[in-house]
Amino acid sequence: MLRIVLSLCMIIITSSARAEIDIKQVTSPGGINAWVVEEPSIPFVALEIRFRGSASLDLPGKRGATNLMTGLLEEGAGEMSAQEFQTAREALAASYSFRAFDDTLSISAQFLTENKTEALALLRQALVDPRFDQDALDRVRAQVLSGIASDAKNPNDIAGAAFDAAAFGDHPYGSSIDGTVESVTTLTRDDMFDAHRNALTRDRVFVSVVGDTTAEAVGEMLDDLLGALPAEGPPLAEDVAFGLEGGITVIDYDTPQAVALFGHAGLKRDDPDFFAAFVLNQVLGAGGFESRLMTEVREKRGLTYGIRSYLVSKFHAEMVFGSVASANATIAEAIEVTRAEWARMADEGVTQEELTTAKTYLTGEYPLRFDGNAEIAKIMVGMQMIGLPPEYVVNRNDYIEAVTLEDVNRVASELLQPEDLHFVVVGKPEGLESTQ
Amino acid sequence: MKRLLASLAMIFAAHTATAEEVTTYTLDNGMEVVVIEDHRAPVVVHMLWYKVGSADEPVGASGVAHFLEHLLFKATDVLESGEFSATVAINGGNDNAFTSYDYTAYFQRIAADRLELMMQMESNRMNNLRMTPEDIVTERNVVLEERNQRTENNPNALAREQFIAALYQNHRYGVPIIGWKHEMEQLDLDDTQAFYDLYYAPNNAVLVVAGDVEPDDVLALAEKYYGVIPAEDQLPERIRPQEPPQRAERRITYVDPRVSQPFLIRNYLAPERDPGAQEEAAALVYLAELLGGSSFTSDLGQALQFDTQTAIYTNASYSGSSLDTTAFSFAVVPAEGVTLSAAEAAMDQVIADFMESEIDATRMDSIRTQLRASQVYALDDVSGIARRYGAALTQSLTVEDVQAWPDILQAVTPEDIKAVAAKVLNRDQSVTGWVVPSEEEAM
Repeated sequence: MLRIVLSLCMIIITSSARAEIDIKQVTSPGGINAWVVEEPSIPFVALEIRFRGSASLDLPGKRGATNLMTGLLEEGAGEMSAQEFQTAREALAASYSFRAFDDTLSISAQFLTENKTEALALLRQALVDPRFDQDALDRVRAQVLSGIASDAKNPNDIAGAAFDAAAFGDHPYGSSIDGTVESVTTLTRDDMFDAHRNALTRDRVFVSVVGDTTAEAVGEMLDDLLGALPAEGPPLAEDVAFGLEGGITVIDYDTPQAVALFGHAGLKRDDPDFFAAFVLNQVLGAGGFESRLMTEVREKRGLTYGIRSYLVSKFHAEMVFGSVASANATIAEAIEVTRAEWARMADEGVTQEELTTAKTYLTGEYPLRFDGNAEIAKIMVGMQMIGLPPEYVVNRNDYIEAVTLEDVNRVASELLQPEDLHFVVVGKPEGLESTQ
Repeated sequence: MKRLLASLAMIFAAHTATAEEVTTYTLDNGMEVVVIEDHRAPVVVHMLWYKVGSADEPVGASGVAHFLEHLLFKATDVLESGEFSATVAINGGNDNAFTSYDYTAYFQRIAADRLELMMQMESNRMNNLRMTPEDIVTERNVVLEERNQRTENNPNALAREQFIAALYQNHRYGVPIIGWKHEMEQLDLDDTQAFYDLYYAPNNAVLVVAGDVEPDDVLALAEKYYGVIPAEDQLPERIRPQEPPQRAERRITYVDPRVSQPFLIRNYLAPERDPGAQEEAAALVYLAELLGGSSFTSDLGQALQFDTQTAIYTNASYSGSSLDTTAFSFAVVPAEGVTLSAAEAAMDQVIADFMESEIDATRMDSIRTQLRASQVYALDDVSGIARRYGAALTQSLTVEDVQAWPDILQAVTPEDIKAVAAKVLNRDQSVTGWVVPSEEEAM
């Protein structure tokens, strides 16, 4: 029996904007849930599907299998070869994108109202009945290997790989989801079927739909689309502690601008202090031109085109992270200023004015995100993945507003640890050497 | 009594869900105003486009258009340095700017009821910037770091820069938008001030406002803030040096040890969309799709990635959005063990075969359907629609041209495509570039 368990018309009101969104939750007879927003004004539908697990489920020795498998979902299904599948998709003018990330396998689809039945039937084949033909496997494998070779010469990727390996070691977060030349070269068709069996399972699927359709229609199609997938997947990855101590790692590479990634341990998404940390990071380095890091490193000193800090709260690890790039002659100064700002924030915290400004921006900007079918679908599926209820869209700004100066400054002193910051620098940085 | 001094030219696109709803006006000082309605969310995108880009720069001052774009976020007579963006942020909005060969554009995305504040600030910095020598020194370092990040650190970008410089023998499109490094290092206050004084004027600007707004309200605000700014009477006609007849193909090998994967590019000069004459450009859109649009179904993809394992990636691309002559481009990344000369020969064979054979009617239908659908999908992104109008209107097209484009695309025939292919795919008007990690790979 189809159940529409909840229909919530929510209005997000802030000092500057008012957004309305009517999220319907629907459960298919087979037990698959979806969040739906009916938006008939444009004759198309945006569909977002997520599977938790993804590349973190790669089996031992099979690093890169989930990523390669995901790339092959568009390369032939059922009776259709890769070219036949794509010819059919193009004739419908539908778009499907399949991407693997550390913990998330993401499928985005858009299709016209006029042929939505056919477009969903074609997508279903790709999801539940992919072929993994040997010629397709070899072709996509060659593309992945080319990408791995390119990453090995790209300063940003070199830095990212070194940082992840040092911070997360043998955990899946410690290596690229693309795999290595060795692992990818040996992957077989059987490995693709295994990866598919493990990564696309009904117990870890999240669905959102926005556009020219109804919650009822979505509820009726979910079992067709996903019902043939296995009910359960293998155990998820374990949590891992951030394992990198404070210091500097220089990786020598002949390029004019040095790239630096930096970070230390962070906090979980469901930590009671998350919102205080979120506001704190807005002031420190997330907030465009106004952040302290941008002001000090770019606006006052002209040392970089861009510097940012991020709260990275993944399913199995947390860090406060950042990136900056500067010419080899000036990267040492950029790092020195970054460290100093980290310390100043830890010691002194933010001012009342900075807090107010950050909160006003964050609460004002939030409703503006809900400005397109595809955007809303992505937001809704992301909320489901981290366990947020639909009401979050109306409560979220209250969580921001509730953050006090005391909270932020307590969290600043607890979370930000300038001594713990580790910088991985790729280039020929002048006046900078690796610490022991 | 309030009287509207604008000359009104209202064009309502059909009120269906398959076309955007657009109203246009021209203010008395010559400024064009385009309003695009989308009432789904309480958001507005306010964009001010200047009809000046890097291809309009004085000789020797490459990068000044983009450098000035950065400086517009500094102080004016009433705004402190950085106050513009800070004010946008405290109102819950985002702002930025971008520079291209043909235009420089500034935009904010914010709650619809903050539109007036945006106009107030944006109109203020059209004429009242107060650049200081200190701004010049600091921000010049920022744009040099931007060039480091985008170009100097990226061998493929350095290669592209060489290829484009060779494609244009006379036109300024051969000079990179961000500027040549040695000229960027010399840019000073006189360069930026002169460029600003001449080109930043209402009669050289297009205002695009898109989102949850009423056209009449936008017009009233535009009159109040932009309508009072006098037109620039020294504004020069937009005449740029054009390409002479090109008589010999050019070949370049770019060697950089930071390259991991050898590849080749072929750029041909190609006509752009022109006012009232977009047919050739429309046919070139199909040509790019047929030859190298999808790696699964295009001629290059089928021949080099499926029938043979010559390449791991192939592509043909074309965009008609340009004020002057643009480019039609091919890219091939050869498979392991395939030389660049073998890959290039295979690519040229595909082009030759295309010229000899009939165009498949099913492929034509499929491309037509996809182009029609792309108009529907585009309606979901009002910022994208705003960018489309802004770019077109600063590249000499009219609103009518923009709105005629979908139908012109639908009307393209196989004969049109063959005719434009024969004209454009002429090696005398092309540059072939190889990108390799070492001389030994250049074979």
